[in-house]
Amino acid sequence: MAVLSVSGLSKSFGGVHALSDVSFDVEAGELLAMIGPNGAGKSTCFNCINGQLKPDLGSVRFGEHDLVGRSPRQIWRLGVGRTFQITATFGSMTVAENVQMALISHHRRSRALWPLASSLYMERAHELLSAVGMQDQAERRCNVLAYGDLKQVELAVAMAHEPRLLLMDEPTAGMAPTERIELMELTAGIVRERGISVLFTEHDMDVVFANATRIIVLNRGRMVAEGSPADVRNDSMVQEIYLGAGSTFRAQASALEAADA
Amino acid sequence: MSFYFAQFLTGLASASSLFLVASGLSIIFGVTRIVNFAHGSFYMLGAFIAYSLVTALPHGPLGFWGGVIISALVVGVIGVVMEILVLRRIYQSPELFQLVATFGVVLLIKDVALWVWGPEDKLGPRAPGFDGAVDIFGSKVPEYDLVVIVLGLVVLAALWLLFNRTRWGALVRAATEDREMLGALGINQALLFTSVFFLGSVLAGLGGALQIPRASVSHHMDLAIIATAFVVVVVGGMGSIVGAFLASVIISELNAFGILVFPEITLVLMFLVMVVVLVIRPWGILGKPEGEAAGEVLEGETLSIMPGRRMRLALLGAFALLLVLPSVVEPFYLLLLSEVFVFALFAASLHFIMGNGGMVSFGHAAYFGLGAYGAAMLLIYGDTGMELAIALAPLAAGLGALIFGYFCVRLSGVYMAMLSLAFAQIVWSVAFQSTELTGGEDGLVGVWPSPWASDRIVYYYLTLVLCAGGILALWRMLYAPFGYTLRAGRDSPLRVEAIGVNLRQHRWFAFVIAGLFAGLAGGLYGFLHGIVEPQAVDIPRSIDALMMVLIGGVQTLIGPLAGAFAFVFLENRLLAFEFWRAIFGLIIIGICVAMPLGIVGSLHRLALRAAAARAS
Amino acid sequence: MLEVKRLHTHYGRAEILSDVSFEVGAGEVAALLGRNGAGKSTTLKSIMRLVRPTSGEVVFDERPIGRLRPYEICRLGLGYVPEERRIFTSLTVGENLAVARRVNREGATVWTLERIFELFPNLAEMREKSARAMSGGEQQMLTVARTLMGSPRAILLDEPSEGLAPVIVEQMARTLKELKDEGVTILLSEQNLHFAGLVADRAIIIEKGRIRYQGKMQEALEDERIRAAYLMV
Repeated sequence: MAVLSVSGLSKSFGGVHALSDVSFDVEAGELLAMIGPNGAGKSTCFNCINGQLKPDLGSVRFGEHDLVGRSPRQIWRLGVGRTFQITATFGSMTVAENVQMALISHHRRSRALWPLASSLYMERAHELLSAVGMQDQAERRCNVLAYGDLKQVELAVAMAHEPRLLLMDEPTAGMAPTERIELMELTAGIVRERGISVLFTEHDMDVVFANATRIIVLNRGRMVAEGSPADVRNDSMVQEIYLGAGSTFRAQASALEAADA
Repeated sequence: MSFYFAQFLTGLASASSLFLVASGLSIIFGVTRIVNFAHGSFYMLGAFIAYSLVTALPHGPLGFWGGVIISALVVGVIGVVMEILVLRRIYQSPELFQLVATFGVVLLIKDVALWVWGPEDKLGPRAPGFDGAVDIFGSKVPEYDLVVIVLGLVVLAALWLLFNRTRWGALVRAATEDREMLGALGINQALLFTSVFFLGSVLAGLGGALQIPRASVSHHMDLAIIATAFVVVVVGGMGSIVGAFLASVIISELNAFGILVFPEITLVLMFLVMVVVLVIRPWGILGKPEGEAAGEVLEGETLSIMPGRRMRLALLGAFALLLVLPSVVEPFYLLLLSEVFVFALFAASLHFIMGNGGMVSFGHAAYFGLGAYGAAMLLIYGDTGMELAIALAPLAAGLGALIFGYFCVRLSGVYMAMLSLAFAQIVWSVAFQSTELTGGEDGLVGVWPSPWASDRIVYYYLTLVLCAGGILALWRMLYAPFGYTLRAGRDSPLRVEAIGVNLRQHRWFAFVIAGLFAGLAGGLYGFLHGIVEPQAVDIPRSIDALMMVLIGGVQTLIGPLAGAFAFVFLENRLLAFEFWRAIFGLIIIGICVAMPLGIVGSLHRLALRAAAARAS
Repeated sequence: MLEVKRLHTHYGRAEILSDVSFEVGAGEVAALLGRNGAGKSTTLKSIMRLVRPTSGEVVFDERPIGRLRPYEICRLGLGYVPEERRIFTSLTVGENLAVARRVNREGATVWTLERIFELFPNLAEMREKSARAMSGGEQQMLTVARTLMGSPRAILLDEPSEGLAPVIVEQMARTLKELKDEGVTILLSEQNLHFAGLVADRAIIIEKGRIRYQGKMQEALEDERIRAAYLMV
């Protein structure tokens, strides 16, 4: 059964169609990758789902709820988690406190004036941190953390309210190639274990081909391809508009080499 | 009909002169990101210098216009000197330090002007050749007003061409976006900044110089124009020249006609326009939205860590010391210390939203003043007695914060700061203008404590207990989920919204809480001196609070207390000198240049460095 | 052409660069490779003095530049293309280029607008357009073009392929090859080995702020030991 069901999504900015009639489903437990050139409408599509933008047309169904017209906060409360392209963490707080903040908000205690925040939901925070392998750094402050570690903190924060769907905007941007694969493998493991579905955008084709269960391709605001990684890789139109000759990423390069040999 | 047209032209003439000042302020802010409080002082200097030059030079068009132009250029040079001597050293500092440093320059220039030109207002000569009036539709309009209108339009056109048709203009616009990148592309940004400062200061000087035939030259011109210029810049949109022009016209015409309809509240009217514009267009008429700015995070570590055992013991020790002090020191010092307590609470309430929440307020005196006036009016008109008056003072301020905060939290960064200043000015105008209710300029007198508390020692204990209690409550909230949520919103507004927090609403609550405690401080302050005057809510009072927080160290818990202590005692010592403002201004500038982390923050860093040196 | 000697850079108390030394010869394309946080960007910024190194010296064209300010370094003929693009979005494309225009010094290739537009045909069409309206790939091209307007003899490129679609990355590689043919010396930082392999002659590998390897790009790519130890692809 589909966790998220997007249908007929359209959005234009001042006459320019950023998104026209995009429809797709995110099935339970899958990692769906959304790829496409810059300006293809990936961000617009993402923002229409997470509530930052209101689409002109179309619906976004999440379980029994229609997400269109709801604020990002409401959508989060329904069980949709988010990570950002550029990490957004609370720099002056420790790793554990970052997760505790999400838990405090989840339990609607953010207006409490008396209890000490750093002692609330400590156990649960550490549990989440060990799931992403960050328990050793729980007491370090986020503004001294390495970038790759921050990505893991974000993952723990995004899981704090036990979401059913995780939206990840270029989860591996700014990371080293190996870290990228590791992070996505970590993510894949966690979501499999907890039955969470993931929709992510990504520019690193190695990450996409290694982890995505399914891929959709956007170009000029339209969905131009959809299918398994192998299908998409061999789609000649996708190669022309996006993947190119494949000389700049490994999966495609090795595929070409294999074909040559 | 003709009368209204004449009134319209008078408004336009005022708009021209206001535009000159505001455009300079806007250009300087756009490029250097400095909110230059001294800009109003440059305007005043332009008027004083032009007065001296025009009266000294031979009478005639050459003497007049020569004097005006030379004074504008001289002010430009003064602006450059300030930029090179002061601002260049602190471009890397937090924006607020730059602002406070420019306020130091305001104080310095004020005393210099007093020393050079004496305390009396000066009546300037008329402009030769334009000293008559023209008959327009049967109404007399001063010829000079028409000249000023034309000059304003000429300057507008010249500035527009300069910014949109020259490479220098493109450089300035690029610098507004990313100065460091411009440096990496081979542009000497120090030179660019200095040239921008020159242009901006010349415009302020010119605006002042052109005023001398229209109005007398006074020592109040600086802060009077700066508040209006801020409104114009914010309403027009930061960095937009055309926006500044439109806003100047709107504000000036509003004044010209408002005075016919509501002579009592013309000042309020201006700020109401600002509120309306900012609520509809948060970045002003022609301003461009700036990305959701994260609150300003200043260096320093202690705010993120609960005070440890040693710190708590030290605070307890200090409190115990304050308890036994009355038996040791002279009563005069008790009064001074009571004042320190009041200001410490006032500063701590600002620190609550600023250090922890990243919300900068240039108008925190509004809540101090509402508390002070609220308590005084309850006592005088409501006959409630001191106890109830002090108890209700926070509510008066909290109510103000509830209303003002609703609008302020819709904005961020410097826009929020300016809007808060506008609200404080509204409170000030009401206090200043509605004489029958607030006593106007003279204030409300006879605000004395109840008999049991009228002894200085008793009142000392009363302020000590209430202020310490208030500060402790604020501190506790900092480490409660609410305080953490605010700090989270300061660190990353994006993330805090993405974990389901309604940041705006939390900020609004924080504003109200800060208002409540500032109001308590204000209420206590009134009874300390027996009088509540408009000074309780004027711009310098708001800046006082900012200075206490910054001088103490914005990211430290006890910074505001240290700042209040240093501030009150310093001011008291300096009052003995004739030119105490100048000395005070120099000290402020010195601190901003030498200790960009504040007293406590800098000591803290020194301690960290020493520890690091020992470790290695 | 460019000589970096014993460079140390700290952020606060953390040492980011430790004793970094390397050279880039005239006309050469060198790639500074390493993981995220290894110190690549900091190295380029330290050369440009956008961050202040704690110690060490940088010599550009036989002239020590360690005491100069960024704008002076640029005027000597060393251009810098930042990672985050940092184009001026309130200016038009043409103005972005005009702002960076510098009269060339001796020995520098003269980059006129015409030549820039030959190299980047899209930019010519967008000349009067606001830079804000450009796509990510176009912006990246504009940053390179903008730096070229200063007629540099050498340029520092920080992660030119980051965040670009594979087709655009290939286009960027072609552009860099053309620049190399023009005789421009290039030092680029890169995480994308395939991209670096396409354009660079020489590899400089940095890890945890230290230089671990210097040699021919091809050799670095073929040496499994190096790949495993520092690049792990």
